[in-house]
Amino acid sequence: MAEIELDGVTKHYADGNIVVDNVTISIADQELLILVGPSGCGKSTTLNMIAGLEDISTGELRIGGARMNERAPRDRDIAMVFQSYALYPHMTVRENMAFPLKLAGLSKAAIRSKVDDAADILELTDYLDRKPGNLSGGQRQRVAMGRAIVRSPQAFLMDEPLSNLDAKLRVQMRTAIARLQKSLGTTMVYVTHDQTEAMTLGDRIALMRGGVVQQIGSPQDLYERPVNLFVAGFVGSPSMNFFAGELSSDTVITPLGAVRLSDATRQRLQDGKEQSRNVVVGIRPEAFEDARLVGDTEQGATVTEHVDILESIGSAKFAYLDLESHAAPSKLTEIAAETGNEGAFGSSQLVAQLDPRSTTREGEDLKLWFDPADMLLFDADSGENLTI
Amino acid sequence: MATKSAKVRWSAINLAVVFFALTPVLWIVSLSFKHPSTFTDGKFIPKRWTLNNYFNIFRDGGFGRPLLNSICIGIISTVVAIVLGVFAAYAIARLRFPGRRWMLGAALLIAMFPQVSLVTPLFQIERSMALFNTWPGLILPYVTFALPLTIYTLSAFFREIPWELEKAAKMDGATPFQAFRHVIVPLAAPGVVTAGILAFIQCWNDFLFAISLTSSDSARTAPAAISFFTGASQFENPVGSIAAAAVVITIPIVIFVLMFQNRIVSGLTSGAVKG
Repeated sequence: MAEIELDGVTKHYADGNIVVDNVTISIADQELLILVGPSGCGKSTTLNMIAGLEDISTGELRIGGARMNERAPRDRDIAMVFQSYALYPHMTVRENMAFPLKLAGLSKAAIRSKVDDAADILELTDYLDRKPGNLSGGQRQRVAMGRAIVRSPQAFLMDEPLSNLDAKLRVQMRTAIARLQKSLGTTMVYVTHDQTEAMTLGDRIALMRGGVVQQIGSPQDLYERPVNLFVAGFVGSPSMNFFAGELSSDTVITPLGAVRLSDATRQRLQDGKEQSRNVVVGIRPEAFEDARLVGDTEQGATVTEHVDILESIGSAKFAYLDLESHAAPSKLTEIAAETGNEGAFGSSQLVAQLDPRSTTREGEDLKLWFDPADMLLFDADSGENLTI
Repeated sequence: MATKSAKVRWSAINLAVVFFALTPVLWIVSLSFKHPSTFTDGKFIPKRWTLNNYFNIFRDGGFGRPLLNSICIGIISTVVAIVLGVFAAYAIARLRFPGRRWMLGAALLIAMFPQVSLVTPLFQIERSMALFNTWPGLILPYVTFALPLTIYTLSAFFREIPWELEKAAKMDGATPFQAFRHVIVPLAAPGVVTAGILAFIQCWNDFLFAISLTSSDSARTAPAAISFFTGASQFENPVGSIAAAAVVITIPIVIFVLMFQNRIVSGLTSGAVKG
């Protein structure tokens, strides 16, 4: 009974600056929706508007069907976990978690049992009498979660709750949050700038850029069928390789050479009007393989390049290859600057993820194999994906 | 780590400063215990010890009433200044309203205004408003001059408190006032205590207003009362009584500071946000 609907929600400031532009998202009951995007894309502002900490300039917010625009945060029945946790330092863990219940006017006994239950779920029972100052980062994070769940609110809002934890703990807490959300069955909106977190955690992801939602879909959707260059570049690690290319009837000329399009791609392009046009070609590092490990290289395309740097992470090897320099399309440079990827993406470097059995070495030439069906073609001007 | 010679140098400087600051205080203490016949003997340790000076100021000198005036006027002024100051400082630190900077500037201006230039107009105003020689007549100027100080100190403390704590309180279902009372004020407690002590000391030590705006023991505070001390006869030197009274009015300040110094601890907000 707690679906959250944003209907054309917009936030603009007095100086005319629009930070959230006409966002329409419908979040189903019990769903976990991730709001992701580079910093300054308006995701936190969107969350604050759902919370009621910021006013909605135009548009409507409905929670459980009721209009929320004018209601104070305390009347919306939603709980929020902050990036900094925002624990009350003068209160013990128990008092911190009891605070929302105390304000709601519950009896002492009811507060006690609810806090004990929440502490039990979050394994905080031993720390209830400590002050936040004496807790580790992970414990503080759990207290912040506890303060949110004691109230059994209609929805949880998470504002980058894991970004202050170290890498290992972050992975643990990520799964813990997902499990908690599933078991409580409470709608959750989760803001992060980390695409890995977004991909692993969410039922659905809304990717934002400059206040505008670019694409809403399952993690797989965003990964396989990005609607534009920005989504393609943001999702996936390492980022997708992009090259300038020229498309003619059934081949595309790229720095990797002329590649024949797969039948499926050609079919999708069929309704494309003109025959020859400039495109941006995108290929994920995962689409490449060391040709020596592929039995039948006839099925795909191959390219031989000089291996600049080789990194091994055990389960895979990343080869960085130098391509003859080519001018990056302006659209690419613009997006690269925004996502902080200047070095890697839109440059003349190619990243390929290889099987760890590959015997290639730095400084050698490597013959790479890839399937042209994995190639994505984007319009060079608008950045839109031409292959979906 | 400081080197040994640096330590020695600093210790010497510290000792000199402490000696310079405390010698007059010790001299007054010594005087207050001296028998009247030995006031002028120039000895630091009294030759004839006596407590008569202390008995005299309360028995004959009537120092009790001014002391009571001082304590009550000081406490009332401090409480009023703190309550007003907390609200004002919070508004200045947290809310964006037109004239915010102007208000802080005005507060600073009042603090720097030479008080002596206000004495005459205040005297006239208070006489015509029947405030002259009353408690409110002193509390009013004391609050006025303590407020800029408390607003300044407290707004600095409020600024230190993470914004997100207030947002968290709002999300937890608190009204703005509940968030203020349960979250902000407890965290600003060290600031409140500091500001309170400073305000109290300012009121307690005031001589100018006390001497100008009172005419009898009904409102005269201790520092002003001391200046009216005379000997039992016109030939008796009131030095002993003055010294004893000076020691007496120092005691509450010492107690006050000792009592609250544990509360003035920094780092109370540690653990609120990441860290």
